[in-house]
Amino acid sequence: MLRLFANARYDFIKWRRWAYGLTALIIVPGFVLLLARGLNYSIEFTGGTEVQITTHDRAIDAARLRAALDAGGLHGAEIASFGSDTSFMIRARLGETNSGTQQVVDSTVGAVRRALDAGVGADRYKVQKYEGIGGKVGKELQGKAFLAIFLSFFVTLAYLAIRFEWRFGLAAVLATAHDILTTIAFIRYLNLEVSLVVVGAVLTMVGYSLNDTIIIFDRVRENLRKFRRQNLYDILNLSINETLPRSILTHGTTMATTLALVFLGGEVIRPFALVMTFAIFTGTFSSIYIAAPILMYIEKRWPGEDARGARVYTSPIGPAPAAPAAPAVPAVPVAASGAPRTTPRTKPSPAR
Amino acid sequence: MKTIRNRMITIGVLFVIAVLNILPRSTPIRMVNPKTGQMEDTTERMVPITLGLDLRGGVHLDLEVDQSQGPVPDCKDAIDRSQKIVRTRLNEFGTLEPVVQTNGNCRLSVELPGESDPERAKRIVQQQAHLEFRITDMKNLLRDALPGIDKALKDAGVRGAGAAAPANAVTQLFGADSAKNKKKNAKAAPDTGNTVGAFSSVLFQGQLPGEYLVPLEQTALVDSLRRLPAFQAAMPRGISLFWGTETVARGARSYRPLYAVESKPIITGEELEKATARRDQVNNHSVVVFDLSRRGGRIFAEETGKHVHDYMAIILDTLVQGQPPIINDQIGAHGQIDLQNKPLADAQDLALVLRAGALPVRLAIVDEQSIGPTLGADSIHDGVLAGAVGVVLVILIMVIYYRFSGLLAVSALALYVLFTLAGLAGFGFTLTLPGLAGLALSVGIAVDANVLIFERIREELQHGKSVRLAIDEGFKHAMSAIVDSNVSTALTAFILYLVGTGPVQGFAITLIVGIAASMVTAIFVVRTFYLIWLQRRPDMTTVSI
Repeated sequence: MLRLFANARYDFIKWRRWAYGLTALIIVPGFVLLLARGLNYSIEFTGGTEVQITTHDRAIDAARLRAALDAGGLHGAEIASFGSDTSFMIRARLGETNSGTQQVVDSTVGAVRRALDAGVGADRYKVQKYEGIGGKVGKELQGKAFLAIFLSFFVTLAYLAIRFEWRFGLAAVLATAHDILTTIAFIRYLNLEVSLVVVGAVLTMVGYSLNDTIIIFDRVRENLRKFRRQNLYDILNLSINETLPRSILTHGTTMATTLALVFLGGEVIRPFALVMTFAIFTGTFSSIYIAAPILMYIEKRWPGEDARGARVYTSPIGPAPAAPAAPAVPAVPVAASGAPRTTPRTKPSPAR
Repeated sequence: MKTIRNRMITIGVLFVIAVLNILPRSTPIRMVNPKTGQMEDTTERMVPITLGLDLRGGVHLDLEVDQSQGPVPDCKDAIDRSQKIVRTRLNEFGTLEPVVQTNGNCRLSVELPGESDPERAKRIVQQQAHLEFRITDMKNLLRDALPGIDKALKDAGVRGAGAAAPANAVTQLFGADSAKNKKKNAKAAPDTGNTVGAFSSVLFQGQLPGEYLVPLEQTALVDSLRRLPAFQAAMPRGISLFWGTETVARGARSYRPLYAVESKPIITGEELEKATARRDQVNNHSVVVFDLSRRGGRIFAEETGKHVHDYMAIILDTLVQGQPPIINDQIGAHGQIDLQNKPLADAQDLALVLRAGALPVRLAIVDEQSIGPTLGADSIHDGVLAGAVGVVLVILIMVIYYRFSGLLAVSALALYVLFTLAGLAGFGFTLTLPGLAGLALSVGIAVDANVLIFERIREELQHGKSVRLAIDEGFKHAMSAIVDSNVSTALTAFILYLVGTGPVQGFAITLIVGIAASMVTAIFVVRTFYLIWLQRRPDMTTVSI
């Protein structure tokens, strides 16, 4: 039978500092960029008008459309090609002062049409879709999106606290917070438009990443009961290694579907699919390199009954992290295929 | 084995329910017959999965009670009454399944699937359709009050707009006017002609008593004057001002008529019982012919009888329609509104909104979306293609990696898709484009439960357990991870549903239904497959996994 990463014995926890560095390398420049330039919010959040048109003539390009819009008094409208060279998205945002009133929503859509009718010709393009949103609604939606993220945090924390223990819950939520940060950085790097659907993708990512963390923590919980004398460092490594084939396979299948959506799902769904694809990366990464080490750190700071050895392995006074990692490798109690697992019980724990 | 039989029966029942849920069924619908233009009841066979506007095209409007002219005290009540009226209007509008929902306290959401003319939809929904008949200011009360109004404005610190309309403009226009008409307009010259009153200087006597003309560029000024408390206090009692619809050209300049009419309408649209559009045989104008109720007819006849030879303004949504006609004789329960040269379709729409009744408040559009039907079809095509490719990839991965067990999981996946669609149809949820993406995504996530179980079985086999025991233990031990991870995903999806709107809710719903279906198929159905397999090959020592 085909088995990938079976009986792996990688020392994942050893690399946690590298992982922190790598993740900081993604998040920090992303957020610097974010502060400098902000996010590209869709009109759902800012209010404004978005008109998607297809032209019947390839000669009509973005420059021509812009000229037509400028002539119609719509300066500063954004024009983006949308999937093909005859398909365009025109976006005119409303000013802060008069946003929210019906006249503005109406007149902007009308103004775009009139400008295009005059500058391009009414019979040479077709409006496929348009959307006009008042600024007030946008503000409400923005508030709702933040509320959703906050609520989902709270609810999952509560659920994990009930099902596991608060330390596990906190570690899982922190890992998820990390995922949200990297995903926002990712969105900023690609300058993806932040629409409601993209916020939906971020929230789905929250669920997916938690899902992944929970699978590993579930195994940690089980192994903690099974190997009473093993220290936490080894148990975390063991659990990650044991669940590795599952991680690879599930992420493989999910990635297959999100990549299919990226390449074939069409322009509307692409930002969503891109965010989901990245989310699978970061969710997997954080479950292994963020959630598990953070759990260890939490057990060290506020030791619970599972904090075996956590103190020794992460204490700055203690041996360097790499040193105990080396003997820890053979301690990972995955024996050869088919052999009963007995070694961990006899192995003395360095922590005691 | 008894358990297998019970399991098979359960799966069979679920299967039958699911298939029944998504079988095409006959739905009675009411729509406009394109040939006759009449509303007809027909039935159509269709798969009972509601597609969102982003997939089938259509118009979406969010309207809010317009409070810009002043606060509306009982928003909730106003929006509830508006909902009923808008629904009545849209039932005759000609689209399939219009949806009218209140959304919070002061908001109304309207969805018109398949509608491709957003402008018309907006007119129908938004038009207040407040119809009134009022007698014009026959006694020239406004004209007599003009000096008083000017003085009040002056006292309030409003300077005469002398620069914009020099004093001699008055005489100019009057000259042109009297040349055209035999009416004695000179009489109308206000006493303040020399001193330039803020209001009277932009006002010119029209052809009828109570009709005044305002230069087009001064209409905004007049509106701002009318809002001043000093102006309102100085207005003659029992007289109100309304703009007309048409612009009037006099020489090189355009004017907008302003009508002074009696404040008390002789009758309102509430008494209207029937309204139909037609083309006037004589002048080919589009007209709306209406009948009043018996009570309304009696009042109307009585009032018009008192006002023979007076002019009557027909006011629709605070605008005087055309030039007020003269009342030649008592008018009964039957009347008409002349729309001049507007298309007949406009008259039909006006008749429709008049029939449905007036909205109690003004509604402002805060969100509007219009999606062309071809775009929706493209989206479906792309979404289905991507979903299909994704599913094929998942099938390949599963079958190659887990061989026969993978095949079992994949056949359960077919049931999973069926159950999910049935769930969406059964609960009447709407499938949107993000929902389609969620469906594709949930296929990837759905196999996760099977992956967890299979990996667990492999581990148990590795520990030297027998096939039967390994399968039992595999299912048992994987369960906590499956439940915890699915519940947490479902919780986030549920929050997404609570807080999200439209397409995002569609996505959340698809995800939740998908998670529920995947729990049933991955755990229950696959387990049953294994049991059957084990029963047929009791001596099995290795398992294809």
